[in-house]
Amino acid sequence: MATATPTIPSAGPLPGSRSFLSRLRDGDEIARLVTFLFAASVVLITILLVYQLWVNSALPRQKFGLRFFVTQVWDPVMDEFGALPFVYGTVVTSAVALLLAVPLGIGAAIFLAELAPPRISDALQFLIDLLAAVPSVIYGLLGVFIVVPLMRTVIYPALNKPFGFLPIFKGPSYGVGFLTAGIVLAIMVIPYIISVSREVLLSVPRDQREAALAVGSTRWESTWKVVVPFAKTGIMGSIFLALARALGETMAVTMVIGNTPKIAASLFAPGYSIAAVIANEFTEATGDLYLQSLIALGLVLFLLTFILNGLARLLILVTTQKGSGGSD
Amino acid sequence: MGASSKPGLSVNITSTQGGGARETAAALPMRMTISKVNFYYGSKQILFDISMGIADKKVTALIGPSGCGKSTLLRTFNRMHETVNTSRLEGEILLDEQNILSQDVTSLRRRVGMVFQRPNPFPKSIFDNVAYGPKINGMKGSTAEIVEKSLRHAALWDEVKDHLHKSAYELSGGQQQRLCIARALAVEPEVLLLDEPCSALDPISTAKIEELLVELKSLTTIAIVTHNMQQAARVSDFTAFLLTGQLIEFSPTPQLFTTPGDPRTEAYITGRFG
Amino acid sequence: MQARLQWRKFVSNFMLTMTAVCAFVSVAVLFFILGYLLFNGGTSINWAFFTQLPKPVGETGGGMANAIVGSAKLLLAASLFGVPIGFLGGVYLAEFSGGAMASVVRYAADLLNGVPSIVIGIFAYSLVVLPFKHFSTLAGAFALGLMMIPITLRSTEEFLNGVPRMLREGAMALGASKWQTIATVIVPAAYRGILTAILLALARVAGETAPLLFTAFGNRFWSEGWTQPTASLPVMIFTYAVSPYEDWHRQAWAAGLVLLGLILIINIVARTILSRGIAVPR
Repeated sequence: MATATPTIPSAGPLPGSRSFLSRLRDGDEIARLVTFLFAASVVLITILLVYQLWVNSALPRQKFGLRFFVTQVWDPVMDEFGALPFVYGTVVTSAVALLLAVPLGIGAAIFLAELAPPRISDALQFLIDLLAAVPSVIYGLLGVFIVVPLMRTVIYPALNKPFGFLPIFKGPSYGVGFLTAGIVLAIMVIPYIISVSREVLLSVPRDQREAALAVGSTRWESTWKVVVPFAKTGIMGSIFLALARALGETMAVTMVIGNTPKIAASLFAPGYSIAAVIANEFTEATGDLYLQSLIALGLVLFLLTFILNGLARLLILVTTQKGSGGSD
Repeated sequence: MGASSKPGLSVNITSTQGGGARETAAALPMRMTISKVNFYYGSKQILFDISMGIADKKVTALIGPSGCGKSTLLRTFNRMHETVNTSRLEGEILLDEQNILSQDVTSLRRRVGMVFQRPNPFPKSIFDNVAYGPKINGMKGSTAEIVEKSLRHAALWDEVKDHLHKSAYELSGGQQQRLCIARALAVEPEVLLLDEPCSALDPISTAKIEELLVELKSLTTIAIVTHNMQQAARVSDFTAFLLTGQLIEFSPTPQLFTTPGDPRTEAYITGRFG
Repeated sequence: MQARLQWRKFVSNFMLTMTAVCAFVSVAVLFFILGYLLFNGGTSINWAFFTQLPKPVGETGGGMANAIVGSAKLLLAASLFGVPIGFLGGVYLAEFSGGAMASVVRYAADLLNGVPSIVIGIFAYSLVVLPFKHFSTLAGAFALGLMMIPITLRSTEEFLNGVPRMLREGAMALGASKWQTIATVIVPAAYRGILTAILLALARVAGETAPLLFTAFGNRFWSEGWTQPTASLPVMIFTYAVSPYEDWHRQAWAAGLVLLGLILIINIVARTILSRGIAVPR
């Protein structure tokens, strides 16, 4: 019985056989295009951000050049702008914050990773994640109404009376100042140190600790001399992360630092940070040079946090991926 | 069947039937004596009524199929099981006639050392790895000498003596495991426990370590867990065969492998299972 | 020898106890904050707070009704801007993209995430305030929306990737095209995770003050429409707290309680959902 030989339809589009329009009619191509555009917009926005920062800070770059970074003067009336007091304030408050937060944070992380039973560890970590969610302005609120009076009544007398001869503890205190801001910042960055360090410590292989115990170490010795060094790269990463957060912190610092663009040796002196001066003076900046100087400060801040965040991510990645903490 | 232990130093080791007169009542000094040990993780029982001995300055092997509890048993010898919260041990384990369960665990672990399944050197230099134990225990004498002595005992000295300050991670797998042996030996333990020390290594490294073990027993008593029967036959003086948490047979090695007393032992060593 | 061992054990116990102290001190801060807010803010919350406009400077009383509405408007507009970009971008990364482009997008998102919020405010100012020469709700919403993009994008990508292959292959085996599979099978499977991530992003930007300082700026009255400056809760807290007026301090506490309460509730709910039903990619 003769029937027409069935023709087998081709199994798919032959290369080059479909026009762009016909592919476009295919829903998948549209979906790909649309989602691509949105994804690309993220990249474009980021590039635009950097571009805007650069372009809108041209005036001070032209007028002051690199002098901008070493000038102490911040005088809107005379149109003299220098970044030094703010860089100084940012560095000092961040340093104080880390000095307080790192020991406390790593200690807490050790407890959560090595000592606490898993359920307590998870429960406490949950609470610490909530701490990280508290907005800056709330920390500022507590800073203004609790830490500042505390500084005046308790901390300043405790430090100034016995140690007032040291330059860092000299002079009077108005409650606000570098130390107050550092304390508030420390409270804000502890959760970041704890979360990351805890994860990194938990990822240290069990048999590292057991090998230390097996030659007769006490629990503390095995933790401090073996487990923590194993994780030290990742812990460094957590510190960089905390530092990046501290640098960009605006509201809490603005509310307790004293808003004085001066460099002073004493921790009790009022000061200023990059983020704080932008927050306070941006809307009052008269004239382009003033405004653009503030934007230039913003650019500096951006670059600092960019570098720190990049380093932090790298360090954390190295530890948790390879599961080996570097060799020495 | 198995060993009957009297409290004290010596244990009569007899083998089960298979030619009645074949008794080796060897009054050998026992470094460790394990009596009626039952072990649980939570409510699940892992080891059932284990009683045996670890003969002084000899190599004792623990063999058996996967999951029989041999590693679990080994880890009770230096109380390493206590790192898991839910573990529970009943019975008695004596080291030189003293119950290890009522002693201070830190000093116990210095006397009973351990080498693990995968080489696990610390992220420090070769020197610092070996020196770690002596340093924290405040051992007398020059650290450099102790390190050299331990590395020689572990047959690693010649290969690393010019690179002591390099990172331990630059060594090969076999070298790292010998480093771990040196690290354990550095605190001069009375007993050395090895938990499948060659399972992650290539045949050549394995052979090196097996040679090493035979020499080391003059230095320290050895207990080794292995899933490789031929290794047990080559290296050990006594062998204990475990199956699903029970001690089936415990005899001098040549005896266990040529004329096993229990049919289950015979089935295992002839490869019918496991 | 015995003495040395005793010392080592003492040190061990002491140090381990100290780590416990560190942990509990850190956590205690949270309860401390909550306690203070509840105490100082709880006594100040009244009906007026939610319904009245701020009184002129120096007069006591009044409320923050305009700030509450302002924050709500800002968050709504921010979501409408940030969520679609983040979501669709995440879909692209998870479903359509190859190696190079994906890495670039992810890197840009991580970069954006790390930008200090005040710098985001500067960016929004230069883009949305300068050209139109006045502050506006839209400018504030733009800044906040920008901050929502990275979180939404990464979470969407992770949750979509977490959908089991079997589900995808099942749909495609029935003849569904790629976008149909995504829309009808994959996204519905992942939507709970994505939604909770969006909630967390919202909770984060709800408390942001710095980017609003020179975008939405502030307003003592109601803000009409979207192109006028508007009051917002966080900015009000800031303004009132640093003022010299007792009554304003009282209101700042109240506002702080309301703001933090909202943020914590969203966080607790969202994180609990995430930790229960859905595998959380970290």
